[in-house]
Amino acid sequence: MTDVSASKSSLMGEGNAKVKRRNRNQVVLQGLGLGAISFAALMLIILVASLVSTGYKAFTQTHIALEVFVDPEEIPLEKLPRGGFRDVLLASLQAKIPGVDDRKELRKMQKLVSNGAQFELRDRIVADPTLIGKTISLNVPMSDPYDQLAKGLVKRDTPEAQRRVSDMEIAWFDTLDKAGMISQPLNFGLLTNADSRFPELAGLRGALVGSFWALLVCFMISFPLGIGAAIYLEEFAPRNRFSDMIEVNINNLAAVPSVVFGLLALAVFIGWFGLPRSAPLVGGMTLALMTMPTIIIATRAALKAVPPSIREAALGVGASKHQVVFGHVLPLAMPGVMTGTIIGLAQALGETAPLLLIGMNAFITSAPGTPLDSATALPTQIFIWADSPERGFVSRTSAAILVLLGFLVMMNAIAIHMRSKFERKW
Amino acid sequence: MTTAAFLCLFALAVAGYVLNRRAATELSGGGAKLHSLEGFHGSYALLVVFIPVLVLILLWLVFQGAVIDLMLKSGLSDRFAGLSNGETQLLVAEIKSIAKGTVFGTPEEWKFAAADTYNMLKERSSLLLLILVVSLSVALVVFSRRKVSADFRARHGVERIVSGLMIFCSVVAIFVTIGIVASLMFETMKFFSKVSVTEFLFGTNWEPQIPLREDQVAAEGAFGWLPVMLGTLVITVIALIIAVPVGLMSAIYLNEFAPRRLRAVAKPLLEILAGVPTVVYGFFAILVVAPAIRSFGQSIGLDVSPNTALAAGGVMGIMLIPFISSFSDDALSAVPQSLRDGALGLGATRAEMMTTVLFPAAIPGIVGGVLLAVSRAIGETMIVVMAAGLIAKMTANPLDSVTTVTVQIVTLLIGDTSFDNPKTLAAFALGMMLFLATLIINVFALRIVRKYREAYD
Repeated sequence: MTDVSASKSSLMGEGNAKVKRRNRNQVVLQGLGLGAISFAALMLIILVASLVSTGYKAFTQTHIALEVFVDPEEIPLEKLPRGGFRDVLLASLQAKIPGVDDRKELRKMQKLVSNGAQFELRDRIVADPTLIGKTISLNVPMSDPYDQLAKGLVKRDTPEAQRRVSDMEIAWFDTLDKAGMISQPLNFGLLTNADSRFPELAGLRGALVGSFWALLVCFMISFPLGIGAAIYLEEFAPRNRFSDMIEVNINNLAAVPSVVFGLLALAVFIGWFGLPRSAPLVGGMTLALMTMPTIIIATRAALKAVPPSIREAALGVGASKHQVVFGHVLPLAMPGVMTGTIIGLAQALGETAPLLLIGMNAFITSAPGTPLDSATALPTQIFIWADSPERGFVSRTSAAILVLLGFLVMMNAIAIHMRSKFERKW
Repeated sequence: MTTAAFLCLFALAVAGYVLNRRAATELSGGGAKLHSLEGFHGSYALLVVFIPVLVLILLWLVFQGAVIDLMLKSGLSDRFAGLSNGETQLLVAEIKSIAKGTVFGTPEEWKFAAADTYNMLKERSSLLLLILVVSLSVALVVFSRRKVSADFRARHGVERIVSGLMIFCSVVAIFVTIGIVASLMFETMKFFSKVSVTEFLFGTNWEPQIPLREDQVAAEGAFGWLPVMLGTLVITVIALIIAVPVGLMSAIYLNEFAPRRLRAVAKPLLEILAGVPTVVYGFFAILVVAPAIRSFGQSIGLDVSPNTALAAGGVMGIMLIPFISSFSDDALSAVPQSLRDGALGLGATRAEMMTTVLFPAAIPGIVGGVLLAVSRAIGETMIVVMAAGLIAKMTANPLDSVTTVTVQIVTLLIGDTSFDNPKTLAAFALGMMLFLATLIINVFALRIVRKYREAYD
């Protein structure tokens, strides 16, 4: 009797231990899962935080307000648009920082203002030659090292030899700052300027316009092709070898590496057809080939979601198969189609590798006027800036990424909004 | 001028629509019983005018450049006699830039004359196009207008044309694939006529920097792709080591254990991670991850190169997490509820149910997803172009710098597009290998996924 109860209790104990172990295993598994999600979230946070912390500084730009006397001796009317714009600017700086007359130091002082300042001055005077002989006020960007200094990216306490600005230059900057000439307004140039070798002047306009043209071409090609193919495959195609082959092909195209599409574009569009290099037209055509499978797959899903009762009702009152599809099924599926298209275009907007191969990473200082002009796109501009050695381009790159992500979030938000607004439950 | 051609086409097509529609309405107003609705008569005219003329314009635009070049060259055949291919191209480019109005230096007089001829040819070409477009469109408008009658089956005509268009759209996918294969094959063949196949496939030395001039003293240029392939494998393995466990674990957790609210937050979070362009991940790798790895390595006394395979592979792993997790989530959700209920009913804990029943049942789908992730990792370009190295080394050390197939393709082709030297052609050979490798993996993976999905239906 005692034997039995003893063995029973030990059995119970063993069972308890087993249950404990099993529960512990469950906790471990849940912990692993939670850890995995936290890791993904942490990475996303680090990614965004690092971009914001380096990028937000590029949204302001250090400007200097100068009172420039347009000396008729330096800039004579008959010599326009040539003239000593640089010297005139220097003279106005000299007036604020007295006691510098060494040539070498003067040349350094000239570098306080951005290289673009003289062109801004020139453009103003060419537009209105009566300014010659007058004093005009000019608010121009400072050059990159001082921009970095003003934003605290150049630390004043590092030894002078390791710093990009010398003690003397810092002293100049502080003099100007005390005189209230230095300000940090919002940097609209980031969106309105084209690319430049000088970080303080470089902006995204060329890339934005290039991306716009490329996306427009991409949409014009991939949207009709994608919808046509999807309707045919979903509604009309007979189930046979041929339609199977098309289907397998589309699925495979969706998974072909993007760089291979770049090779195709380079060999066929540029090599065989002789279309211009670096053009948004070629870029858009390449992106269209990549976007098409996405649109086809999304459109087919949307068509499939339209209930058969709609088709049957339309067929029942005597509509032809085409009338059913184009008059009833497609309009009902349109929200889903548009959502898929926007998501596909968002992918195309972020695609870089094929654009690099067709040369859309050229250095171009003006926005393209037509899809046949040389251009860059947003992602390739990011790639170019990330490669640039100047310190100022690090924050520009982050800022450009934030702009790109802003566009992507906007597009996705529109897609999600459309899906939730027009989604129908049958 | 081209814009004018397009505008004329649009205007005439719309005119055809209006004319036909009006004619059909008049007929039915006159008491005739039409076979098709008036709109179909109109659409018939629209399509009959629009499609052939649009095809004409597009073909013209594609081929006019080449034809004009040929005419230009044949007109100046005595100047071009005895010139090499490259010199000819250079001359033509110079003449074209003069024709555009950008003149460098002082070109000879005959070049100005040639530029004038070129401009004249271009003008004539677009004028001819305009005349052709207008006359053809008008002819087609008249043709379709004649067709309008009570028993003309306009609807059938329209539907046949639309069906044809849709079949064309579907076939484009096949065209694209053929285009990819043909272009890669063509250039790869040219490459193998200059470099032996065995050297490419089994060589262990990749140094594509060949001399550009014949008399230049430089390396010979070696095209053995094994180190490049090894580098690709190293980075892919690192990426998978990070992505597979994290993706899988988060899918398991989200599918079975996560409270509803956490799931509602975590899923879109993963989707954001999936929607970030790869160039951003590349910048993240050089801005944050590579310096972090480097300083960590230095703090424990390791010598870490600035472009490590670890940084590129690690960031690629982060990129692949959402991909694997959504695939695994789908696979787990596809397992029927009855299997879960059965396991729980027998007294299994939820963890046991997951590891012994759900997970094994979902394995084929998960494997398919992982394979697709492998193919993406092999073909991923921007992260490795920005964060991995350029020099091909036979090493499997993750702290060393390695290079990948995609990096080499991009670096070989940036800034140089003449298709006659082995350096640029090598990129196409690498592209061919990349395409074949990913194609095999994709076909395999898609087949697994598909087969598995049908298993429970």
